Amino acid sequence: MNKTELEELKQKYIAEVLFRKDGNTSGVEYKYNIMVCGGTGCRSCKSKKVQDKLEQVVKEKGLEKDFKINGVGCFGLCVNGPIVLVYPNDAMYEKVSEEDCEEIITSLAEGKLVERLLHHEDGKPVEKKQDVNFCKKQKYIARNNAEYMSLEDILGDYIALDGYSALCKVVTTMTPDDVIAVMKDSGLRGRGGAGFPTGTKWEFTKKSVAPQKYVICNADEGDPGAFMDRSIIESNPHAIIEAMAICGYAIGATKGYVYLRAEYPLAGERLQNAINEATERGILGDNIFGSDFSFELGIKYGAGAFVCGEETALMKSIEGNRGEPVLKPPYPAEKGLYGCPSVINNVETLANVAQIIDNGADWFKSIGTEDSKGTKVFALTGKVKNSGLVELPMGTTIREIVYDIGGGIQNDKKFKAVQMGGPSGGCIPEEHLDTPIDYKTLNELGSMMGSGGMIVVDEDTCMVDFAKFFLQFTRDESCGKCTPCRIGNMRILEILEKITTGNATMEDLDKLEELCEYVKSNSLCGLGQTSPNPVLSTLRYFRDEYIEHIKEHKCRAGVCKSMTKYRITDKCIGCSACSRQCPVGAITGEIKKQFVIDQEKCIKCGKCKDTCRFGAIVRE
Amino acid sequence: MCNCERLGTKEQVEKFDSLLAENKGNRGNIMEVLQKTQGIFGFLPELSVKMISESLGMPESEIYGIITFYSQFTLTPKAKYNIDVCLGTACFVLGAQAVMDRILEKLGVEVGQMTSDGKWIVTSCRCLGCCGLAPAITINGEVYGKLKPEDVDKILDSYVD
Repeated sequence: MNKTELEELKQKYIAEVLFRKDGNTSGVEYKYNIMVCGGTGCRSCKSKKVQDKLEQVVKEKGLEKDFKINGVGCFGLCVNGPIVLVYPNDAMYEKVSEEDCEEIITSLAEGKLVERLLHHEDGKPVEKKQDVNFCKKQKYIARNNAEYMSLEDILGDYIALDGYSALCKVVTTMTPDDVIAVMKDSGLRGRGGAGFPTGTKWEFTKKSVAPQKYVICNADEGDPGAFMDRSIIESNPHAIIEAMAICGYAIGATKGYVYLRAEYPLAGERLQNAINEATERGILGDNIFGSDFSFELGIKYGAGAFVCGEETALMKSIEGNRGEPVLKPPYPAEKGLYGCPSVINNVETLANVAQIIDNGADWFKSIGTEDSKGTKVFALTGKVKNSGLVELPMGTTIREIVYDIGGGIQNDKKFKAVQMGGPSGGCIPEEHLDTPIDYKTLNELGSMMGSGGMIVVDEDTCMVDFAKFFLQFTRDESCGKCTPCRIGNMRILEILEKITTGNATMEDLDKLEELCEYVKSNSLCGLGQTSPNPVLSTLRYFRDEYIEHIKEHKCRAGVCKSMTKYRITDKCIGCSACSRQCPVGAITGEIKKQFVIDQEKCIKCGKCKDTCRFGAIVRE
Repeated sequence: MCNCERLGTKEQVEKFDSLLAENKGNRGNIMEVLQKTQGIFGFLPELSVKMISESLGMPESEIYGIITFYSQFTLTPKAKYNIDVCLGTACFVLGAQAVMDRILEKLGVEVGQMTSDGKWIVTSCRCLGCCGLAPAITINGEVYGKLKPEDVDKILDSYVD
């Protein structure tokens, strides 16, 4: 492919893309373009069936001329899936089922929207998706244009939205040093965890002299509760391909690998299709855009090991070994995959690259904070109303994310904390809700950016139990190579176990802290060096909960079963509803008199409390 | 190749043979070969490991080292239905453990233990990546989201055979 052919392809698809993006109807024959989300979240709620049904209805009614039905990438509001977008209206339907399809089509044929399917705010339907609170504050760079590209013509639509123009510009008009200079100037930092400056990483690798170098995309998105990388690959795979080729040109590599989590089959399928298409069109391969630069790309699949997100372990895994980390230095920039200098970038990091080249470093620098430029995608989940993916300028406060975008806490319960950075991160309590988020502030709060998982917890979460959850995770996922991580995390978990079962002393708390510091400072790789963070951060902000567990044998959230007790108060009218629900027959009494719970028999399932309509059962 | 029929059906063995032929001597492709072998047989039979070792030219001990390192590889046959309960953070916060407990109670097994009729096996995983549907489980890849413990019976009962 050359520049003229790229322009031709752009012209071929531009009308359809502008129809969606700007509501511009010229050059488009149909009246409506209905797009059904094809991300993993929506697909799991049968969105493919919705798409098929819509196509079927259109066909039955003979409306093929007026309607075009497509799949589309992830829109982000996963909790309300399946999501259906209607263009040129720019309307968003939620929780659409097969039964709704007929009405969607017939209403639109009359020029009307189906109100009940629109997103509602304060009881009122919101007609345009741009006006939905969830969308208003978002700023799309990494997830740019995902909602305008059809899955069926993804390459054409990507090119119509200026895709591959950056790669063309780079290989035909810029030197590798120019590219690196722009990347360095932009201030882009790695979005996968540690936040290392991307341009600097490229520069180091360029400076290493070797006959072969590699570009690796780290798509081993293992942090539980984070799914932005999956969404980007599923919705916009060409952005990753383009960025990897640009990186290859900058550092002097001709080969790249995407290391993808095996749990993401849909992302793998879409990425492979995109690589094939780009190769067929001559965007990948030899002499790209008529230059001397050649680049090829392949996918390598992981097999379910969290530690493989660590870069040295990841490379071991690509080479076909146990994914055990090795000591750094040497860094991958000097000695990486197969002993060759390699750049490893995270998916979201790469998703910024082409736009930085297109729009310039100054544009990118104008977004974000002094310390952290650009945007960050967060996977907002947990006890928040609108869970899903949100992309925001760095420096947005947690309050804005949780309340303005996330819509607040489910069932209007009390916010307790937000956990960021996955098993390596920490909790941020209510008093820091107004902290603007960037790499620096999060580190100061004892948390970290990590991959951007953001899990909101409310008063019903016990913080000791929560820390225990993460330690169970790291114990399972520790590769076992170094002792501090393999044994230390096990011992930390045992102490937490003692605390949650009421068998710990205050001395154990001191030991716990000492052990955490030890594991942190002596582990071999990033996994062990950060694994105690969930404990340390909950100790920092919720120490009183730990002490309550130890001294008073009390779990205020009622999660630690050995510490909870259900009791029937004198509000009881003796209706016997609870005793009939109790799975173990622990509740007895006479009708119209106060019932009692046999504490020996009670398994603390809480069913009685949920059943009682008089609020007569309390958890203590 | 006289042992081949012990591996599986004719079709499976043919696929496996061509997989080995494609990767002969290519030690670097071991992960992919193991993934595809498991795709063919549903697990990694002992004999297949021996044959992979001969074909790729790497010791069995190393291959077992890899198999046991990665949680996706399994050396035991699968049940008819595999229930994978997501215990990722979002699911955990929203009550995945209670869902898990109800499933185990109903089937009368522990995590990783197959039911005696070979129908079910329950495993857990860390994050399916559909946190918007938390708590979620998959049964042979089919996702069930936003579950409550009381939904479990109905879902499991819908798998009649």
